[in-house]
Amino acid sequence: MIKFFNLLLITLVLQCSIGFSQDYIEGVISYKNESGEIIPLPGVTIFWQNTSTGTISNIDGNYKLLKSNLSNSLVFKFLGYKEEISDVSNKRFYNTTMLKDENILDEVVVNKKIKTIQKSYFKTQNIINVSSDELLKAACCNISESFETNPSIDVSYSNAVTGVKQVKMLGLESPYLLITEENIPMIRGASQVYGLSFIPGTWVESMQITKGTGSVVNGFESISGQINVELKKPYSDSPFFVNIYTNDMGRNEVNLHSNKIINDKVSTGLYLHANKNNHINDNNNDGFLDHPLSNAINFFNRWQYINPTKGTVAFFGYRFMSDKKELGENIENKVFIRDPWRGEIRTNRFDSNFKFGYVNPSIPYQSLGFQMAFSRHDQDSFFGKRNYDINQNSFYSSLIYNSIIGSTLNKIKVGLNFSHDDFDEIIDQTKTSYNRIDNSIGGFFEYSYDSLDEVSLVAGLRYDIHNNLGNFFTPRLHLRYQPFEKSVLRFSAGTGRKSSNIFSENQNIFTSGRQIKISKKLGKFYGLDPEKAFNYGLSFRQGFFINNKEGDITFDYYVTDFENQVIVDWETQGEVSFYNLDGKSFAKSLQIDFEYQLSDNVLIKSTYKNFDVKKQYNSGLKISPLTPKNRFFANLEVFTNERKNGSKWKFDFTYNWIGKQRLPSHTELIDFEGYSPNYSLVNSQITKVFSKKFEMYLGGENIGGYTQDNPILGGYPFETDFDTSIVYAPIHGALFYIGLRFNN
Amino acid sequence: MKYLIIISLFFSALTFSQKNNLKSQKVSFLVKGVCEMCKDRIEEGTIKLKGVKYVNWDIMSNNISLIYNSKKITLDAIHKGISLLGHSTNKYTAPSEIYNSLPDCCLYETLEIH
Repeated sequence: MIKFFNLLLITLVLQCSIGFSQDYIEGVISYKNESGEIIPLPGVTIFWQNTSTGTISNIDGNYKLLKSNLSNSLVFKFLGYKEEISDVSNKRFYNTTMLKDENILDEVVVNKKIKTIQKSYFKTQNIINVSSDELLKAACCNISESFETNPSIDVSYSNAVTGVKQVKMLGLESPYLLITEENIPMIRGASQVYGLSFIPGTWVESMQITKGTGSVVNGFESISGQINVELKKPYSDSPFFVNIYTNDMGRNEVNLHSNKIINDKVSTGLYLHANKNNHINDNNNDGFLDHPLSNAINFFNRWQYINPTKGTVAFFGYRFMSDKKELGENIENKVFIRDPWRGEIRTNRFDSNFKFGYVNPSIPYQSLGFQMAFSRHDQDSFFGKRNYDINQNSFYSSLIYNSIIGSTLNKIKVGLNFSHDDFDEIIDQTKTSYNRIDNSIGGFFEYSYDSLDEVSLVAGLRYDIHNNLGNFFTPRLHLRYQPFEKSVLRFSAGTGRKSSNIFSENQNIFTSGRQIKISKKLGKFYGLDPEKAFNYGLSFRQGFFINNKEGDITFDYYVTDFENQVIVDWETQGEVSFYNLDGKSFAKSLQIDFEYQLSDNVLIKSTYKNFDVKKQYNSGLKISPLTPKNRFFANLEVFTNERKNGSKWKFDFTYNWIGKQRLPSHTELIDFEGYSPNYSLVNSQITKVFSKKFEMYLGGENIGGYTQDNPILGGYPFETDFDTSIVYAPIHGALFYIGLRFNN
Repeated sequence: MKYLIIISLFFSALTFSQKNNLKSQKVSFLVKGVCEMCKDRIEEGTIKLKGVKYVNWDIMSNNISLIYNSKKITLDAIHKGISLLGHSTNKYTAPSEIYNSLPDCCLYETLEIH
């Protein structure tokens, strides 16, 4: 390898010395050391792309090279650093800082594609990192849809009319997850149901999914897990990006990103998303639109400030979102003898946040972080004759200090959070209004120990003072034991609490005729008590090599035990009741993942999941409805080798088998004898990458076309037996889409 | 009152660790090595020396920067400790039997720095 490299250098040097022209390009090549100082880098190979004309940088990192007629792009190569290709046409000087390549071990170039879903052997928590490449697999369009290729999170339709998908983890619905955006609690309260669909997939840099109890740093709310979404950063995102998507159901989406580095400290990004669907589809001929007519625009402006010499980083961003959905009966070319059942959801949202971080450059293990966020969420909606309006103003701020005890093997985090939420709701035909203000202040302490080999531990404790939840401690513990290089065992346990926003979390009730019954007690939340649960779990992962190819198998077993839960009781036809848990409620989840790199170009993944989710209803201990006991998932990823111009093909194939689900009773479902049939779903996608800048994709969802026969129940939509929420399978059949991405 | 307790706890933690900084010494010197694997070994071995608070070794320059508590360990002892990992510093040469047991890619005396 080294010999080859030297040979290459010599030929390059020789060739450049015979060149003959007046026009030169010159500059300095540097690299950044661990403390962020810029240092000249000697010995870098520099040559014109697709030619053999080049040179190497001298001891001061300087280079000088004759301009070439054959190419305008310079390639910078240095072992251990990322290859850089830069267009230098019309440039006389070009300086660059080489970036470290994390994929290089020793002197062997590891020619391996980074997996799009990564699990770590070294992190104490059971965290799965989902990269933006994984998000591309689902192609469309927002985060709530992006989990279809991810076995840790289950996605299902929440009802037959709004087209909204809901996510579940460890057998529990999304309200029991803490969903944060760059560690600021984000999708909660009013935005619980639709919030994930308001984050365009292309804005996302990566996601971190924590199974089981989370860190105390982000608050007391996470019960079954946490999803953190990292958005694109103006400094590192590409200067210009376009994505266009269209499908045969009439949905059209556009994403535009533009990033600009203003100077060495300040950069800014503009992100724009729009989608529209005015196509009427009623493929199952039930008289109702299979998906709503929709119209949305989403705008985000973000500023980033970095000053490595002073050790400061800051972000400022603001965002507007406006979304309109029309749903219900198809009124086109139809005569109604009664009022048609129609619905509309209008949402406007404003978000802004500010973050500041300081790392003492001379004491790198001490840092201080501050973040604050303000949001206003305004939803006005009606469904038939029922009304649901919610308005939430939120303020959140946190201050966190990182340091060590003794040495960097023992780290500590201490900090404060403050949050304020103001809810206003107007409910139903009666226009009953509910107002609530939640204020809380909390302090936390988290200690982590890492022996750098076998054992690590994170132990956290927080104390919160909350006007409606009371004053309480939240302890959480994570342990990791790695006896061998490829075996890791993890344990976690902790408590979580949340206020129950019964209407915003269960907006399905308004798309039914069910009467709402709340057992009036003295609780602070609609007369109900806050929810409290204990979550604990074990995870074991074993990596292996078969035929020199890497694979691994993971066993996860998690239990969530509720001390109190607000039971949403759909068991009686024509009504939905809310009451405090009196008895047992638990969710036990077992997941077995198997992953194997069949060849350099083929990755195969499969997952089996078993859920045991039961609650004590007034009518007895029952399996949670619409929760499959068994699920199976398989994914096959194939790609061709990349050609010189960067072109390649990518194929992705996902299979889902969903076992039978218990259905709430309804006279029209009598034939089902309480359980839905099991079924399979197939999704597939083909991407043709033409170059590093341009690619096109084509795909299909639910290719087998399995649909639920009767998603809309009840004869007359304004009666109490009308129901659109008993949905166990897709509403519409096969869907095909096509799209493109351009990156500059 | 209870709010005050939370806030004062936070600030006392802050001042406590600021005081701790006063005992810290920052130093930087040469430690021979070549690769990422050397980096892991040097950093892991050095941070486990009692009294060393922070360590970072730069592959390109072979410079180690560290922060240590001068009441708990002397600079000389740190040099010696690192040389026992198989990596020579500008004060101590690594014992040859330890050096020879290093993986091939870490044999900095015979390999070119690349």
